[in-house]
Amino acid sequence: MVKMTDLPTKGGFSFDLCTRNQMLLDKGVQMPPFRKTGTTIVGLVFQDGVVLGADTRATEGPIVADKNCEKIHFMAPNIYCCGAGTAADTEAVTDMVSSQLQLHRYATGRESRVVTALTLLKSHLFSYQGHVSAALVLGGVDVTGPHLQTVYPHGSTDTLPFATMGSGSLAAMSVFESKYREGLTREEGIELVAEAICAGIFNDLGSGSNVDVCVITKGQTEYLRNYQLPNPRTYISSKGYSFVKGQTVFLEQLLLLVSKLVHVEAIFQLRVDEWQYRINWGLVPCLC
Amino acid sequence: MALRGDWMYENNGGTCVAIAGIDYCVVAADTRLSVGYNILTRDHSKICSLADKVVLASSGFQGDIRALHKNLAARHLLYQHQHNKQMSCPAMGQLLSNTLYYKRFFPYYAFNVLGGLDNEGKGCVFTYDAVGSYERVGYSAQGSGSSLIMPVLDNQLKSPSPLLLPARDAVTPLSETEAVDLVKDVFASATERDIYTGDKLEIVVINASGIKREYLELRKD
Repeated sequence: MVKMTDLPTKGGFSFDLCTRNQMLLDKGVQMPPFRKTGTTIVGLVFQDGVVLGADTRATEGPIVADKNCEKIHFMAPNIYCCGAGTAADTEAVTDMVSSQLQLHRYATGRESRVVTALTLLKSHLFSYQGHVSAALVLGGVDVTGPHLQTVYPHGSTDTLPFATMGSGSLAAMSVFESKYREGLTREEGIELVAEAICAGIFNDLGSGSNVDVCVITKGQTEYLRNYQLPNPRTYISSKGYSFVKGQTVFLEQLLLLVSKLVHVEAIFQLRVDEWQYRINWGLVPCLC
Repeated sequence: MALRGDWMYENNGGTCVAIAGIDYCVVAADTRLSVGYNILTRDHSKICSLADKVVLASSGFQGDIRALHKNLAARHLLYQHQHNKQMSCPAMGQLLSNTLYYKRFFPYYAFNVLGGLDNEGKGCVFTYDAVGSYERVGYSAQGSGSSLIMPVLDNQLKSPSPLLLPARDAVTPLSETEAVDLVKDVFASATERDIYTGDKLEIVVINASGIKREYLELRKD
C-alpha cells in the first residue's frame, strides 16, 4: 500500500500544520506578531490614466517599525500596485508577479496588460485560501485603456473608478465619495489622492508619516516618492546627547578567541617511509 | 453569562512622565484619546491637579481614570475639612495606593504617576502599578510609550539604586528648563514610534511659586 508520504506533492497550500497551529493557539501559545502595514492605499481613474497613492508607515502592533516604507510596488513599467496587509506578503506577491510579467513580456513581445497581472495575483492568492494576507490596489494603463482594480486576500477582485484599502480605507473613502467625479484632470486627481491619503494618515493610527503618489498615463509613469511630508518632527533638543566612554558599567568582560594566526616553525616526521612517499609526490604535511 | 475580563475595560492609550528636581517637579502627558485604530479626541487632559503641591497623571482606561480622580479629589476635600490644611505629596501617595488596592479584585485600569513637592519643598515622584504598588522615585514613565521613554530617562537621569546605603537622593540635579527640554524631546521621540502617543503634550511644572502649565504640539498622524 502506498503511504501518504510517498505521493509527490501536487502544489498549492499544504494544510498539514493547520491542526497543530490551532492546537497551539487553543493552549494559549501566542503567535509572534507580523509586521503589518496598517495602511491607507488608494487609487483613482482620471481622464488620462490612473493615480495611485499610499501612506508610508509600517507597524508591528502598536509600534512603528518603519516611518518611511514604500507601499507602491513596481509590477511593469505601465503597471504599479499598492499593498496593504502583512508587509512580507505584499512584497513577495508583487515581486513574484512582477517577475512573471517580465518573462511574459519577453515571450509575447508586447507591453503587459493590467488584467494579466490581475489574473496572476488572484489565482495565487486564492490558492493560498487567504493565508497570504495581501490586499492590493492594482492600477495601470495598457493598450486597452486605464484600469484600476482591488484584490482581496482571499482572491476576489473588483474593478472600480476609485478604490481604497487598508485600515485607513474608511477615512480615505469618505474623501473620495464626497469629491470624486469623472473626468478629473491630472492636477485634480493628484490633489484628491493626496487629500484621501492625508485623511487616512491623520485619522487612522495604523497609517502615518508621508504621502507617496504614482501617476500612470499612456506611455509615461511618474513615481512621486514622498510627494507630501506633512509630519515633521515637532521638537528636537538643541542640547543633544553625549555618550562618553565608561557610561555603561559592565560587571564582566569576556574575551573570545575568534581566529588565530599560526606561524609554522617546524615540520615533524611521522614515519620515515611515509615521509619519503610524501616528498616524492609533493605532499608535505604541515603540523604544528 | 460569562464575565470576560477584556469586555469590562478598554485601553485609551497615552503616555505619562514625571521628573523630580531639587525644588521643582515636572509632570507631562500627551492629550490623545484613542480606541483601537481610531482617535476619539486630540485634546483630552490626562493630568489632574489634586492639591496645590500635588499633580496626578494617569493613562489607561479613561472611564476608570475619571472615577479615580473624582474619588481622590473628594477624599482630599474631606481631608481639608478635617485637618484644615492641604494634603502633602507623600500623604496623597499613600491615599492613592490604598484607593487602588481597595479594588484589588476589580482594578482601576489606570497607570499612574504622581508628582509634586514634599514637605521640605523637594521634588517628589511616585510611580504606581494598576493595583497600588508604589515607590518614590526620581523619575518615571507610564502608559503605551513608557517602554520607549524609560530607557532614555535611565540613561540621562541615572537614578542611584534605592538599595545603596547611605540613602542617596533620587532627584535629578538638572535645572527646570533642562528637565522640561528633556521631557519635550523624549515625547517627540516616543510620538515617532508609538501610534497611541501624539497630538499635543501638556507639561505641568510644580515649584514653590505654584503650578504652571505649558503645551507643545506633537505629530498628529
